[in-house]
Amino acid sequence: MSCPSIELNVVAEEYRQAAAGQHRRIIVCAGTGCVANGSLRVRDAFVAQLPEAGWSAITVPSPASEDEADRRVLVSGSGCQGFCQMGPLVTILPEGILYTKVRPEDVPEIIEATLGRGEVIERLLYAEPFSGTRCRDTATIPFYARQQRTVLKQCGAIDPEDVREYIAQGGYSAAERAYTRLTPEQVCDEVTRSGLRGRGGGGFPTGRKWELARIQESDAKYIICNGDEGDPGAFMDRSIMEGNPHAVIEGLMIAARAVGAQEAYIYVRAEYPLAVRRLRRAVADATAMGLLGDNVFGSRQGLRCHVMEGAGAFVCGEETALIASIEGKRGMPAPKPPFPAQRGLWGKPTVINNVETLATVPLTLNGGATEFHSVGTTGSPGTKTFALTGHVANTGLIEVPFGATLREIVYNIGGGVTDDSGKVTGRPFKAVQIGGPSGGCLTEEHLDLPLDYDSLRSVGAMVGSGGLVVMNDQTCMVSIARFFMQFTQNESCGKCVLCREGTKQMLALLDDIIEGRADDRTLDLLESLATAVAKGSLCGLGKTAPNPVLSTLRYFRAEYEAHVYQRRCPARRCKALLTPEIDPEKCRGCTVCARQCPVGAISGERKQPHVIDVEKCIKCGACREVCKFDAVGGV
Amino acid sequence: MSAVTAPSSAPTMVRKFEKVCAILDQHGRDPAKLIPILQEVQEEYRYLPEQVLTFVATSLGLPPARVYGVATFYAHFALKPKGKHVIRLCDGTACHVKQSIPILEAIRARLGLTETMDTTPDMLFTVETVSCLGACGLAPVVVVDEDVHGQMTPESAVALVDAIVEAEGSR
Repeated sequence: MSCPSIELNVVAEEYRQAAAGQHRRIIVCAGTGCVANGSLRVRDAFVAQLPEAGWSAITVPSPASEDEADRRVLVSGSGCQGFCQMGPLVTILPEGILYTKVRPEDVPEIIEATLGRGEVIERLLYAEPFSGTRCRDTATIPFYARQQRTVLKQCGAIDPEDVREYIAQGGYSAAERAYTRLTPEQVCDEVTRSGLRGRGGGGFPTGRKWELARIQESDAKYIICNGDEGDPGAFMDRSIMEGNPHAVIEGLMIAARAVGAQEAYIYVRAEYPLAVRRLRRAVADATAMGLLGDNVFGSRQGLRCHVMEGAGAFVCGEETALIASIEGKRGMPAPKPPFPAQRGLWGKPTVINNVETLATVPLTLNGGATEFHSVGTTGSPGTKTFALTGHVANTGLIEVPFGATLREIVYNIGGGVTDDSGKVTGRPFKAVQIGGPSGGCLTEEHLDLPLDYDSLRSVGAMVGSGGLVVMNDQTCMVSIARFFMQFTQNESCGKCVLCREGTKQMLALLDDIIEGRADDRTLDLLESLATAVAKGSLCGLGKTAPNPVLSTLRYFRAEYEAHVYQRRCPARRCKALLTPEIDPEKCRGCTVCARQCPVGAISGERKQPHVIDVEKCIKCGACREVCKFDAVGGV
Repeated sequence: MSAVTAPSSAPTMVRKFEKVCAILDQHGRDPAKLIPILQEVQEEYRYLPEQVLTFVATSLGLPPARVYGVATFYAHFALKPKGKHVIRLCDGTACHVKQSIPILEAIRARLGLTETMDTTPDMLFTVETVSCLGACGLAPVVVVDEDVHGQMTPESAVALVDAIVEAEGSR
């Protein structure tokens, strides 16, 4: 049975005609961050209140009658627009006005002033934190203006639940070209020439990976989209899956064409329920339109696509573990070779690509290799998305060309370093942790280093999936290393000894350092153990697990030494190493703490500053809790 | 803390297996679908009771050890019943550097949970940490049941708990 072959330009034209019937469009961000801030209530308020003001509100573009056209407003949701902290975000088209932190109570005013009288509501505009200048649209907000959004361009603009809009924006045309005008070999060739490298961590050339699977002779081959974005502090893939699911499917289709696969899996981590829902919907829509099915674009090559939800195991981000998980087993990695391209899912040749890689694939085919190479660095062409978080004023999702510097990202796009409460108070920059539990840290000396796969590797870090966590001077680097070690220790699958036992011992050594039990052998032992785990572990998880320790030891050794030899935490974060003290400026001599102390360590005259006897103190914290003047520190 | 009413009609074993059978059939009793099957079973019962695991293993022709292995390997599978409300604190990197742990401590203290407990004795609350929810832009994040709450402080997190306790008490 042959499926009806879809005419993309007909669908696109129909959509454009329907969309032309709108006077205005209101885009409400419906990414996870904005939804948490109440964006769906804002959207519902628009839909409910527009008709009361004489507008006709629609949620899906449809042809309009002539007398109605100038009263019609399309209210649509979008995927993550990246500026999560300022959400809910509302964009008014065609003017392009971006309102931030919009509450349902603001909706009547927006309808009346902006839609009715064409006025801009100043108080809802983003205010630049230093100058206080109000920014009207994304072109004037530094966070957006300094980015180069190509992969993320449509995230936040198009309706992720409307396949027709994706097609109207040129979507699926790269897949059509791959299936109707190119041979599998030519597809591999074009992607290889574009220089696209895997965005998931390692940076392996995508075209070469496909070629390895293409040349295998087999009755069945598989494509897997790895959406098991487990790195804490990274959410690029989540945003793409939520905001532009069809780009991921189009990338999968092209990959399937290149290697000759008939079946595809999208494996999404269970913590992303919205991404799972949007992808399932997108697959169903694409199948209903005949984009997926028995006969893709009349090529006689079929492709079926399944969305599978993970069950909470970081190690499943590793290719061979992910395959085991799809097969219904424990997600434990297998030795390579054989590589998945030779023997993967059900023992058949399998290609596994990361979400962002697949979403980039259509761009490389559409623009061609030369255009793709015009952005980024020679060895790492194109752009990269990063999740910018931590002690930085503008947290969110960003996309910059490879070769951008850390200074540009932290200070210009990120708006500078903040304190714990998120205010820019002139706190000094300390480090950026890049690449999550497999990555390393970059310090002040790297602020002007152009970021790409190779430069990062040369300084002991890696692009990883792209989490960028900015840390101010109040962050204890030993604690950060311990945090990541605890994470990898928890997530170690237990198959190989070095990872299972090595990470446990490294964690114990870090605990010794943080809790003041370390001696002069601890650091050497930690270092040699780290090297052994990196060398002897089976899979990427274990091989890269020591990176945060090695990298902080490399750049912040003095901080480790202060913990070990002086029993002192320079950032004053490690409780066990703090000296209990009462601030004489704040203490009023009320005696409450002295009466509360279970070991009688506090003494002092009434109405005079009290003191703590460090020898007696057991650091129970009772004094700090009862102090009304916030005078007790260090416990 | 308010007292909670125990589930009035604890599902009988017969009914338990009926639902499991329906889920198994939906997946064609295919051993490769073990994970989606367990996910759906857990959705139904809120955890994976031991008898159900054995039943699933027998139905799929798998050794019970294999099913138990999968159920214990993945963090999302729970072998113990969870409380009525599940509070998940994100302790991903972004939340961690923005001081998520004091929030966890405050919530646990408010609910009187000791170090070895994750669920309150009245089965009203379960508190757990997750490694990252991908809502890093809103760090620190607390998820109560399905609702994501961003930019939390220990005080606002305790207020969330208070609100649930109050709502439960007034029922």
